[in-house]
Order: sequence, then C-alpha cells, then structure tokens
Amino acid sequence: MSKLNRREVLAQVLENRGDALVVPGLGTSNYDLFAVSPSDCNAYIWNAMGLTVPTALGLAIARPDRRVLVVTGDGEMMMGIGSLSVVASQNLKNLSILIMDNEMFEETGKQAGLSSLKADIAKIAEGSGIARTMTVRSGNEVARLSRFLLEEDGPALAVAKVGPSMDKPVFPSMDGPGIVKTFRSAVLG
Amino acid sequence: MSQAPAQTDDGWSGQVFGLIKNAGISLVTTVPDAGLTRLLNMCAGDSGMRVVTLSTEEEGVGIGYGAWLGGTRALLCLQSSGTGNIINGLALPAYHETPFLMLVTMRGQEGEGNPAQFPMGRAVRSVFEAMGVTVLEAETKEQVAEDFGKAVKMAFDEGKMVAVLISQKVIGAKSFGK
Repeated sequence: MSKLNRREVLAQVLENRGDALVVPGLGTSNYDLFAVSPSDCNAYIWNAMGLTVPTALGLAIARPDRRVLVVTGDGEMMMGIGSLSVVASQNLKNLSILIMDNEMFEETGKQAGLSSLKADIAKIAEGSGIARTMTVRSGNEVARLSRFLLEEDGPALAVAKVGPSMDKPVFPSMDGPGIVKTFRSAVLG
Repeated sequence: MSQAPAQTDDGWSGQVFGLIKNAGISLVTTVPDAGLTRLLNMCAGDSGMRVVTLSTEEEGVGIGYGAWLGGTRALLCLQSSGTGNIINGLALPAYHETPFLMLVTMRGQEGEGNPAQFPMGRAVRSVFEAMGVTVLEAETKEQVAEDFGKAVKMAFDEGKMVAVLISQKVIGAKSFGK
C-alpha cells in the first residue's frame, strides 16, 4: 500500500476550514500549510521545536469561540509529547491535533524516527487522556479526518501515516513580528 | 471573583496576586515550587483565572505565546531549575518580539541545603540574559511586588521578555523535613 501524500491529506482536511485557526509545526508542516491553505488565520512557526501543541493550547484557551488545529510532524510531536497530558487536563472542546507521521526526520536526511520503531503517537495520546484518537493509512479514510478534527468535539488527535514529502517547499513570511501582527489583526480585529 | 483561601501572608504573594489581577493576566502556567504555593493557590481560587500545570516549563513559553496570539495575557511561574528547560523555547517570543513574563523562585543560592542545586542556580541570570530576557532580582520581600510591577509594564507595554527572580533570601531554604 502506498503511503499517503501529506500535502493532499492536508488539503482535504482544510478544504472547508471555515474560521479555524491553524498552528503548524516548524518545517514541512509550515510549508504545506502555506501551500494548500494560506490564510491570515495561520500562525506560521519557524522555531521552538516541541512547542506547537503548547502554542495551540494557549490560543485555544484564549479563543474558546474558534476551532484551533495543530498540524505537525511525528518528530516535533515526540519532542513535546508531555504536552498531550497538559492538553487533556484542560478539557477544551475546540482543540484538535493532526500528526503527519512519516516516521522519519525527513528534513535532516531521512533518519529513522521513533514512530518507525516502537512508539505509537495515537496510543500515547490515549494514555495521556485524549479520548478521541484515530490513525489513517489509506486514502478512503482521509475523508473522515476533516469532520473528526474540525467539527466533532475536541480534544482529538489523528495520526496520518504519510510518505516522504513529494512537493517543492514553499515558504511563508519569515518576518516574526509581522506574522504576529497579521494573525492578531485577523483574529482580534 | 471568589475569595482566595485564607493563608498566612508571606509578605509578597498577596501583593503580586493583586498586580496580576490589575494587569489583566488571566492565565498562569506552572511547574509548581514550594515558594510559589500561596500565590498559585490564590490564582487557582480566582474564578476569572486559569492555572495550567505543565509537564515541563518549556510548555509555558508556547502557551504564553499562543495566548498572546489570541489576546490573552499569561504568566509562567517556575523554580529556577526550570530555567534550563526553557532555553530554546524562549526563541519563540524572542523571534516574534512578543511579551513574555516569568516569576522565578530561586534555589541554589544563599542557605541552600542541597549542593546539587548550585550549578543551575548559578547559571539562571546568564542563561536568561543570553536569550535576551531582562532579569530583575528581588532580594527582599518588599522588593518582590516592586519588581513585579515594573516587569508587568516592561512585558505588556514594551513587548519585552522579563523574568522576576525571587531570591532564596526571601523564600528561605528548603528544610528537607528537618
């Protein structure tokens, strides 16, 4: 079975994103988000590996009226894996997490990641107290993802088993203060 | 606003709590420390505030940044040893030039009964300063609220990263049950 294409999965999930706020992990998730669903409601991130889920958690606490979605990779998630238990502790219905699990550190040379060995991120999430999790491996399961992540109550975590990135990276703005200004203007008016 | 639980005053927690409320800070993240207990209990007892317990202090940096993106002011309360856990995380508010406020209870200083606390305790100021964080250190009870008030202005009016260190002279040494 061929692995899922991560950019196609993301495009399908965000096709009808409504007013959702999206926080991507650094690297490919950041580029993919800019490629398939550019928006002032994306909080593009270029650093602080391991802090994507905490950033989204702070945002979800501040904006209970908006759905907040994390899109990040398996390596980034593993670095901040303890934050899943913090998410679970806060009982937020508006926070969801999508892991693009390619089982490798692709950007640094495709070294094997921990999820290629023994770690199962969906099971870790369950054990951390996130009751709603799912893992998708095939294209026909992807249709379910959008509703699971954007419409049904959070907290929820989905793992998409994806192949290596097939697409040319495209880069959002690297202007840190500009990213904040754009996002806050869009969200806070 | 609900009443904070009645507790013996330590000479600074009540004042800092008042400054937190006045500043409109509604989110407090923490890996707890003995010296922070009174303040954290006051925050947890306030119906307008949310206290989030972390698995590592670094998460508090991300939560604070995300909260700022959504228009909420946050405070990270930590013990000095946690400073070492947040170094790369501080790149987030540093790169985005967003406010970040921390309150740090010191270990590894005068009267410390556990020499294992010395290496990180000694490094706290230089680690913060290396990441661009302004450090204010309160050596007396009276100075805590004064410094915290200044730090609130520096963070939220000027967009700086600021840490208020509460010296072990103020907190007292951990007794280890002796």
